[in-house]
Amino acid sequence: MEFEYPIEGGDFTRAGMASSQVKKVLKQLNIAPAIIKRIAVAMYEAEVNVVAHAFKGTMLVNIMPDKVFIKFIDEGPGIHDIDLAMQEGFSTATESVRQMGFGAGMGLPNIKKNVDELQISSVVNKGTTVELTTYIS
Amino acid sequence: MNIQEIINLVDGESICLSGDSDFEVKRAFASDLMSDVLTLNTEGLLLITGLANMQTIRTAEMAEIKNILFVRNKKPGKEMIELAREEGMNLFLCKKSMFSTCGILHQAGLNPVY
Ligand SMILES: Nc1ncnc2c1ncn2[C@@H]1O[C@H](COP(=O)(O)OP(=O)(O)OP(=O)(O)O)[C@@H](O)[C@H]1O
Ligand SMILES: [Mg+2]
Repeated sequence: MEFEYPIEGGDFTRAGMASSQVKKVLKQLNIAPAIIKRIAVAMYEAEVNVVAHAFKGTMLVNIMPDKVFIKFIDEGPGIHDIDLAMQEGFSTATESVRQMGFGAGMGLPNIKKNVDELQISSVVNKGTTVELTTYIS
Repeated sequence: MNIQEIINLVDGESICLSGDSDFEVKRAFASDLMSDVLTLNTEGLLLITGLANMQTIRTAEMAEIKNILFVRNKKPGKEMIELAREEGMNLFLCKKSMFSTCGILHQAGLNPVY
């Protein structure tokens, strides 16, 4: 099963709508609630990162019998140092992002904790790709 | 601690009751930063926050949090209430500051997450 959702940078009223829809699909598929929660938290953090840090992006979801694969591709500033970005507390979030309730520097480390595989690749001044894999069986 | 007892302690009011109104709160967590909230894996959680925007409700939706207490009189908007209803959440509001709210509830025996 494949889905695709556009994500608009800076739009904090709609942020999370794609993740919300995917979570509903996962529930209908009767996947274990504990696994759904882990996927939900991880994909929502990744979706918010596109909204908070990039100009625009796409969320691609592929639900297979044994795993859920979610890929975020964005056009944006990219990440200069991925190892640094993975550290708890590291954030370049602007004051306006912080006012929306984000910018703790906890998103990426928390994504890593909640998925089985996390792949990040980024080109500075072009964009970032974040891939999440979760095994469901 | 029962959610109604908690709301009485902080002179709070209910904004939207669409979940279990007899909810037994096991632990509470207070933050205005949603990524901190998303690191928790606690059942029976009460979220205390001064952040009243759509992402508060989205965060609760993703993290399966069913009860939110807004402090500093931060009233949730119409869209927030609609989404909370769809998700079967209870929203409460009190006029006290975050510090005061947490102090009162901690003193009354409500447990922190950590
Ligand atoms: N899609 C992205 N495009 C560009 N930079 C990003 C992207 N995702 C993350 N980053 C960079 O990595 C940093 C750390 O991301 P992380 O999600 O851990 O924290 P945050 O988004 O700043 O705050 P939080 O997630 O706690 O609200 C960000 O501050 C930003 O510099
Ligand atoms: Mg983030």
